[in-house]
Amino acid sequence: MLDAEPFNMLIVDLNMPKMDGLQVLSIVRRKHPHVRLVVLTGVRDEQFRTRAYAMGVDQYWIKPESDQEVGLFMESIESLLSREEQGGFRGVQSKSLVDIIQLECLSQASCLLKTSNGLIEGKIWINHGEVTDAEAAGLVAEAAFQRILAWKTGSFEILPADETRERTIMDSYQGLLLNSAQALDEATAQAPSPEATSQATFALADISQWPGVEFAMAVRGRKARDYYGIENPGPVGQWLEETLKNFQELGDYLQVGQLQEVVGSGPKRKIAMATLSGSQICIGFPANVPPEQLRDTFKKILEKWAC
Amino acid sequence: MGLLDLFSRSSRKALVHLPSGSFTMDREGRIMTSTLPRSFPEQFALEIGKQVLTCFRGAERAHVQLSEIVIQFSALKILARELRGGAIVFLMPQVTSQSVKRT
Repeated sequence: MLDAEPFNMLIVDLNMPKMDGLQVLSIVRRKHPHVRLVVLTGVRDEQFRTRAYAMGVDQYWIKPESDQEVGLFMESIESLLSREEQGGFRGVQSKSLVDIIQLECLSQASCLLKTSNGLIEGKIWINHGEVTDAEAAGLVAEAAFQRILAWKTGSFEILPADETRERTIMDSYQGLLLNSAQALDEATAQAPSPEATSQATFALADISQWPGVEFAMAVRGRKARDYYGIENPGPVGQWLEETLKNFQELGDYLQVGQLQEVVGSGPKRKIAMATLSGSQICIGFPANVPPEQLRDTFKKILEKWAC
Repeated sequence: MGLLDLFSRSSRKALVHLPSGSFTMDREGRIMTSTLPRSFPEQFALEIGKQVLTCFRGAERAHVQLSEIVIQFSALKILARELRGGAIVFLMPQVTSQSVKRT
């Protein structure tokens, strides 16, 4: 049906004949990213709620049991559809973040736009159609806004507005988007030529100087490998690529959402790996680094890499 | 029983609830012991074990010595320890608080 006709929304139960709801969600999200997904089920299980949201559903509803609950459900569905009719946005995969911000601002909306790029989170506050504040990777205000817009991939979630948030961005949203686009263009134009030492190698050299970091490696496709402090980059790079690909496929198979990170421990060192903006990142740490410190450092490294 | 089957919902494909628990695998990828409930499909455990062993073997080939890996997904954490060519694997479903979405 979805292939034959354009639908705006799919309301799906989790318990169904032939195929369970999570499988349906997985297929529809992949094949029809523009379709809004709503789960309506009698399954009162936080695990399935978590997994459904991890797979990108818009809303998860327990089947209403009273007139009031039916009313709330219908109101919510109408709200979702009316936004669609008003030319609103849809699509973690089909729309860019700039599109989403423009649509929110054009509709004079107030909301908190929470974005994530792997383990890194960013927040953009929008009040009455104006971007009022942003934060990401230790940055705030316009710098954070530009950082978020520089992310090439990621996901977003729209949360209720926080109107008490202090305004730090005074520029109009049009001016802000224009400035950010110019800054991105300039950064792209200043990118070093292939003959020069790559920007990624500079970033990795910097990261490798962080306390506790033994080596760093980034892989973008078969040929583009940057590394620092590693003796056998070829085999490690190949293993890194295969491991992250295999585990992401496992996550799809088990319907447990995005692969966030893989941490390995051995007698000589610990290794943390993740995929970020199309690159596979691998960082080596000493074997005795505490898990919390490793995760904290790795998260900061990913934030820096996202720059 | 046959009559009752007519009225049962046997045609429904049950949702797979991810359990907390563990299992061990030998070096051939066969499940040796398990604390996972029978409702959890063996195929899922075999696939997890296969990828875990592939990871350990790939690390060995790349001269990266690993005895443990932790794989973190949005809704599941898997911890695997190498056991003489096989592995012991722990499954830990992750549940987050309800996310509020304004639309």
